[in-house]
Amino acid sequence: MPTPDTMILDEARRQMTVCVVCKYCNGYCDVFRAADRRPALSDADLLFLANLCHHCRNCWYACQYRPPHAFAVALPAALARVRVLSWRRFVGLRPSPGGLAGLALAATLLVPLLAVLLVPAETLFATHRGPGAFHAVIPRDAMVWGAALAILGPVGWVAVAMVRFWRAIGADTSGPQVAAAVPLALRDIVTLRNLSGGGAGCNDRDDAASGARRRAHHLVLWGFLLTVAATLAAAGAHHLLGMRAPYPWISAPVLLGTTGGVALLAGVAALAWIKHRADPAPEAPETRTAEWTLLAVLGAAAASGLALLVLRETAAMGMLLALHLGTVLAFFVTLPFGKMMHAPFRALALLRAAIDRQETARPHARPQDP
Amino acid sequence: MPAAIPSDGHGPDILVAGGGLAALCAAIAARRTGASVWLVDAAPDTLRGGNARHGRNLRVAHDGPTAHVPDRYAVTELEADLRRADPGADPQLLHRLAMDSRDVPRWLAAQGVAFQPHAAGALPYSRRTVFLLGGGTAMVNALARTARRLGVRVLHETTVEEVAPGGHAVLRAREGRAEVCARAIVACTGGFQANRPWLRDAFGCAADGFVNRGTPYATGRVLRALLDRGAAPVGHATHAHLVAVDARAPADDGGIVTRADGMAWGLVLDRDGRPVRDATHETGSARYSGWGRRVAACPGGLAHVILDNAGVARLGRRVYAPRTMADTDTLAQTLGVDPARLAATLAREGPAGGPPWHVLSIRPGITFTGLGVRVDPDGRVLDRCGAPVPGLFAAGMIMAPAVLGGRYLSGTALTVCAVFGRRAGEAAARHAHA
Ligand SMILES: Cc1cc2nc3c(=O)[nH]c(=O)nc-3n(C[C@H](O)[C@H](O)[C@H](O)COP(=O)(O)OP(=O)(O)OC[C@H]3O[C@@H](n4cnc5c(N)ncnc54)[C@H](O)[C@@H]3O)c2cc1C
Ligand code: SF4
Ligand code: SF4
Repeated sequence: MPTPDTMILDEARRQMTVCVVCKYCNGYCDVFRAADRRPALSDADLLFLANLCHHCRNCWYACQYRPPHAFAVALPAALARVRVLSWRRFVGLRPSPGGLAGLALAATLLVPLLAVLLVPAETLFATHRGPGAFHAVIPRDAMVWGAALAILGPVGWVAVAMVRFWRAIGADTSGPQVAAAVPLALRDIVTLRNLSGGGAGCNDRDDAASGARRRAHHLVLWGFLLTVAATLAAAGAHHLLGMRAPYPWISAPVLLGTTGGVALLAGVAALAWIKHRADPAPEAPETRTAEWTLLAVLGAAAASGLALLVLRETAAMGMLLALHLGTVLAFFVTLPFGKMMHAPFRALALLRAAIDRQETARPHARPQDP
Repeated sequence: MPAAIPSDGHGPDILVAGGGLAALCAAIAARRTGASVWLVDAAPDTLRGGNARHGRNLRVAHDGPTAHVPDRYAVTELEADLRRADPGADPQLLHRLAMDSRDVPRWLAAQGVAFQPHAAGALPYSRRTVFLLGGGTAMVNALARTARRLGVRVLHETTVEEVAPGGHAVLRAREGRAEVCARAIVACTGGFQANRPWLRDAFGCAADGFVNRGTPYATGRVLRALLDRGAAPVGHATHAHLVAVDARAPADDGGIVTRADGMAWGLVLDRDGRPVRDATHETGSARYSGWGRRVAACPGGLAHVILDNAGVARLGRRVYAPRTMADTDTLAQTLGVDPARLAATLAREGPAGGPPWHVLSIRPGITFTGLGVRVDPDGRVLDRCGAPVPGLFAAGMIMAPAVLGGRYLSGTALTVCAVFGRRAGEAAARHAHA
């Protein structure tokens, strides 16, 4: 009896085989040339290729074999399924889409609930001003230890999954090769080169060329990194400068956090809008809930963070702080099990592809005209 | 959903019959002059674009390197290549084709078509052709979008059954039949490679073994109507562009991936176990069409490529995997030939490394047929005396045999469609406005 996993992998292999022979889409992204170098299309090859795919959907609209053709090539959906499979395989666990959404919601509500139960109402709903106001509501020790637990567990788990994934797709590479390829991979990550459709743009909503999703993703990526930077800056201010949160408007943590939060929120809203309006034909429907869950968690974290900033001198601050911490908790507890896994795995896939590219960087021969 | 044929009695200025590259270019070019245009395609929207869906590159002359094509390919060089490939080609059309090919990438790009930069390294070196980013289907998507945006009225699942001088046409959709009077008709309905009875007429029983590589809607109905209405024929019904394809390919629309390979480093046997030899030893893309003709000449239009292990390894990944036989007897049984004779043939001419043997059965795959109507460089259909038939224009494979009647040069079919589609669309619009 073939398992659902082997069926997913075999179907992706069948479709990818058509692509390896056809090659028409090889200008859109790195997937096709990477596949060319791996004509055996082993399971590990497919796990790699699936994570290299940025899901621009171009190869769906451009495909001469898309359904109703008998060859039924629907590569974006087939690779989306393999991606999810790869995350489950290397993380070792993946809740159902509904379970994942439930987990996110529960984590989000947990902190406000604990706050209501544990913090006296006259503190929680009071107006706090000045340095140390946040810790007047939620003690600093609780926040630090909670954060450490909530962050280190999932991040460690993801790190282990990354190591296992790399063993599957990069065991044949050497340290120097990796080191030389890291700058290339980093450039691909920060520029989202594979979301440019070979220069023509992506088929975000339908077969029209568009740069909207790439721009929105840039906002999310940079917004996210800025909020991470804000958190680090806050920790620095606390430990090195002895400052106490909330920090003044004109301070590194607040400036970074505000810019990042606004970018993140705008990017998430744009991604959600594009997803909502997009032609569903190229999609694998069962992968959608996890995508919406991630957008919801990121959006809620950014929105509650910004609300906290604006309303921090009002009585709403206590609950907003709890809610914001809840969304951050939701982000981390769902990290290894949700769509967020695309980020670390894609980074590794891009690194692997960059190593390939370096190996073939020799000027190529001049074969016969086709 | 077939669009109902508008029945208010007013036809368009220009009725474009067909939905492939020639039709899309004609419709866009005509519409851009301000004419009202209908594009009438027998295929449903999901199969729009005719054979352009399966194409990849276009042959164009250029005076220097661009992002999409390296080096240089002078107009004179292209013209000379075309003339060498088909010494009987219409010199006027051929000259126009070579000259206008230079502007094809620019014009198509202006209609939204994207080409693949060669510097990205994913393409084989080619100074003679530009490659479509994402292939022909992406081009069709862009052109269909532009046509609709400009206000071309697109009718799918609607067949042009008759065309007559003066711009009269009979259309049939699921809802029924309608007569339409346009000021001009541009016939872009391609060849007749999907028409089994006609193929049998032209190629005899061998046609039963043919695989149609492209659209199942290329029935040649409009070609027949034009010839019946006095258009001068060009080329021959018995000419066709054939390549060897895997015998398991779908009867229509298998496209590029069903193309067979390995003939050069295996032994090719016909149905009866007799070797089929390639005296030309062609390489490059010519080898595909050479084998197409040879398989078509085999009894039953069927042949088998026998490979040893080394041959299979050279073959690389295929959509249809070869069948593997442990020994010569099993092979003989599978092919239905005499084992002793097969063993002798293999010993004499076979690949040295077998058994095991790996078998790929192949058939002729037809790309386009070689009978068309004569046109002038503006796509006006000419009668047998060389005079234009009023109101009738033609572009694409329906007139291409006048320039591509000989050996096929890769990338020329789409260029013919783009060049003469645009010219015929503009000329038809001039005719309509006059
Ligand atoms: C697999 C494959 C790969 C190819 N690759 C290349 C390549 O790389 N480069 C190249 O230059 N060429 C290539 N070609 C050839 C090229 O694609 C075709 O020659 C070209 O697309 C023909 O275009 P056309 O507009 O003349 O007609 P076609 O594409 O043949 O289209 C005919 C159109 O007319 C419609 N039609 C037919 N009859 C009727 C009717 N009675 N009423 C209404 N509509 C009708 C059909 O639905 C269709 O839309 C390839 C062909 C194939 C099959
Ligand atoms: S997606 Fe379709 S057109 Fe693109 S390479 Fe694959 S088979 Fe070819
Ligand atoms: S969806 Fe986009 S990124 Fe993914 S394989 Fe297709 S073209 Fe490449």
